[in-house]
Amino acid sequence: MEFKQASSPHLSVNTDVQDIMRKVLYALVPGIIVATWFFGWGVLINILIAASVCLASEAVMLKLRERPVKVTLLDGSALITAILLALALPPLAPWWLTTVASLFAIVVAKQLYGGLGFNMFNPAMVGYIVVMISFPREMTFWTPPAGVVEQLPGLLDTLRIIFGSTDAQQIDAMTMATPFDTIKTQLGLENDIETTRQSITYGPLFSTLSGTGWEWINAAFLAGGIWLVKSKVADWRIPVAMLLSLGLIANIFSVVDYATYSSTLFHLMSGGTMLAAFFIATDPVSASTTPKGRWIYGAGIGILVYVIRTWGGYPDGIAFAVVLMNIAVPIIDYYTKPRTFGQRES
Amino acid sequence: MKQKLLDDRPDVYPLDGGLHLQAHKAMSCTQAISTVAAPDTLVVPLHQHIGEEGEVLVSVGERVLKGQPLSRPKQLISAAVHAPVSGTVKAIGMYPVPHPSHLQARCIVIENDHKDEWVERDPVADIYHRMNSHDLRNIIRDAGIVGLGGACFPTAVKQTEINIQTFILNGVECEPYITCDDMLMRERAADVLSGADIIGHIIKARECVIAIEDNKPEAIAAMQAVVDEDGTGFFRVQAVPTIYPSGGEKQIIKIITGKEVPRNGLPADIDVLCQNVGTAYAIHDAIYNDTPLISRIVTVTGEGVKQPMNMQVPIGTAMSECIRQAQGYQQDASQLIMGGPMMGFTLQSDELPVIKATNCLLVGTQAQDHPAGYDQHSPCIRCGLCVEVCPAHLLPQQLYWYASSQNVDRLLEHDLFDCIECGCCAYVCPSKIPLVQYYRYAKSEIWAQDAERKQSDIARRRHEAREARLLKQKQEREERLRKKREALKNKKSNGDSNKAQDNKSAAIAAALARVQEKKQGQNIKPKNTDNLTEEQRALIAAVDNRRKENDLQK
Repeated sequence: MEFKQASSPHLSVNTDVQDIMRKVLYALVPGIIVATWFFGWGVLINILIAASVCLASEAVMLKLRERPVKVTLLDGSALITAILLALALPPLAPWWLTTVASLFAIVVAKQLYGGLGFNMFNPAMVGYIVVMISFPREMTFWTPPAGVVEQLPGLLDTLRIIFGSTDAQQIDAMTMATPFDTIKTQLGLENDIETTRQSITYGPLFSTLSGTGWEWINAAFLAGGIWLVKSKVADWRIPVAMLLSLGLIANIFSVVDYATYSSTLFHLMSGGTMLAAFFIATDPVSASTTPKGRWIYGAGIGILVYVIRTWGGYPDGIAFAVVLMNIAVPIIDYYTKPRTFGQRES
Repeated sequence: MKQKLLDDRPDVYPLDGGLHLQAHKAMSCTQAISTVAAPDTLVVPLHQHIGEEGEVLVSVGERVLKGQPLSRPKQLISAAVHAPVSGTVKAIGMYPVPHPSHLQARCIVIENDHKDEWVERDPVADIYHRMNSHDLRNIIRDAGIVGLGGACFPTAVKQTEINIQTFILNGVECEPYITCDDMLMRERAADVLSGADIIGHIIKARECVIAIEDNKPEAIAAMQAVVDEDGTGFFRVQAVPTIYPSGGEKQIIKIITGKEVPRNGLPADIDVLCQNVGTAYAIHDAIYNDTPLISRIVTVTGEGVKQPMNMQVPIGTAMSECIRQAQGYQQDASQLIMGGPMMGFTLQSDELPVIKATNCLLVGTQAQDHPAGYDQHSPCIRCGLCVEVCPAHLLPQQLYWYASSQNVDRLLEHDLFDCIECGCCAYVCPSKIPLVQYYRYAKSEIWAQDAERKQSDIARRRHEAREARLLKQKQEREERLRKKREALKNKKSNGDSNKAQDNKSAAIAAALARVQEKKQGQNIKPKNTDNLTEEQRALIAAVDNRRKENDLQK
């Protein structure tokens, strides 16, 4: 009788990489729905554009690199990169902006580094940074959220704007700064936070917790994220460390001077905080991989996000914070090796 | 360290990492341990343990009796093997043995005469309490007893430490499917306890903790019953949580005592000794019946065998006999594993002898084979699930990274050799990376490099010694030559040396005179003195004067 030969262990769990990625996609759904509710069709159109470009460029790159195309595309990692990137971009961003960001994310940040598992930097954040630096004007094409305006642009209008048959003045009339942007600008004009929130022009942008719409979007990503952590797909340490460090530092400054520094809740529930904490910072490939290192990595992102938001030149600092900590990962991992069984406590 | 809870009753300590696996144990526990009749021919490998192979004591054609030693240990870490039946030594040579390498090894083939004639036996059951540790250890050593938990380390060597605080009798059979220890405790609890008592006597232990996983209530009850009967208070049955690999020696010691065996250290360093229940039973058999280790209980199980069960099998019996006893293979049987599904290895055939390490023969089916893509695994996404389950607190994903890039320095820094190859990491890996295979490969590569380095060190030292020797010879030769030449020269110059001396000094004197003459006659003209100021001229004049004075003084 011929017996099959194999190396131990002869048992394994049924989950594979595809299952993990699928769960991440499920967990993103509530956030996508709420974001679409508040920012309109642009959110979904961005996702579609980014997904097509990411999958197509991944396929081309895999073909060029002579790697299996179908299996790799089906692992879902490129799709997740596309969605995270699309969610970070403004909903009325022109199609070519999304395309450039997607191309850069997949071709340079992911495939040129060796594909899934070898990318040092979070591909979505690299794509975001490239367009943030290159096209700062287009990166402000945020519509005012539902609740601030009577009606969001319809599907056709949105398509027309995104695919470029609307002139700049019309777009300017339709877009509005995000709460973070507003506070940054107003502080620059020496208006304190309270005055800004009370003002007739900007007041409607803010709500009890943070920004109109933003608090719900963040809540939805938080809910999806908690499920993700509970089903052990995402590591719990990174989001906890990031939210704790961001919350703590925001709390200290807002207590000291609440006129110039936004509140803790504003920082936690506005911008991309929850999306970053549970879906971007937890990207295992570019994150630290040791238990202790994950605390440091998460906390580092939280601190950098606060620093960039408060004193930096950009309204939200998540992409920069994540990529900066990506750079630190090899060193963090090296110095946070756990104590081996039987080794004396040093 | 965890605080002990509530009353004085010691708690168990948590184990970091590990897995909750499906047990699959019930299928082989449906009937009592059966006995496999010794076949016509038995193949007894000489090397069934950790350490060196013993020295052969029999020759081809010789008649041997059941229980007669076939080999005896030459080195400390070695073990004897015995004739499992009476009969004739048919051959001594290389035969296939159950080993992951699939290589052949030296075996003694015995033709069974089915007379079952024993060697003369002299049990020390009644007097062992008065015997000293050394003599008892010798009996155990002569009986060829090795650790039956899987490692097969010679038991007598392990028991050289005495005055141990805690003796752990390991009844934790954490690998799925295997039930030989479970059934042994259920059916022969008194003998197991008797063996434990002998071990306790040898190592002068202060307490004996019988550790059994809490998914074996029958074994716990059976052992508890004999412990209650014993009534000395020396023994204590401790149920431990069912987590793989809690049955590993270092792991069970941590669970029971809360202490970690130091790296590169022994359990004795933290005052603990650990022995498997099967080993205790074998020791009982050696002391009470003067029976060496010539048979063991084997679990034959798995979805690929018709009637899973435990059986007492003479060492050297072909595995196919065990399969026959278990009513043969199922239609879809596809894999034969010796050991459990987590750490066992696949066999190429069932025509291999059962050895002391054969605790389980697991027959897998096609349905259980790894999915097709197992060989072409996905890339590591650094998810870190392996870190969470690693009982050795290693970073499997980093080890994998460094193993694939053959970065030996980093592998050693990340304590590759502390990996116990339990397979937890590979079990949970979503990318289906055969991690343990990578680690085994890296370990063997490093060993090979080490051996090579040692070899080249020897060669280099030899080369250097040769160079030094040659150099020394050359120097000696030159020295001799020089002395010879000098002697010759002295001889030659002795006659006319005075004359030559005169000539030489005359020549020197003449040369000196010539130089003097030249100096005197020299008229040195000062240079660059055309456009000088008065002051400079005065300075130069002063210097010239001083020079002249100096010359005069000379």
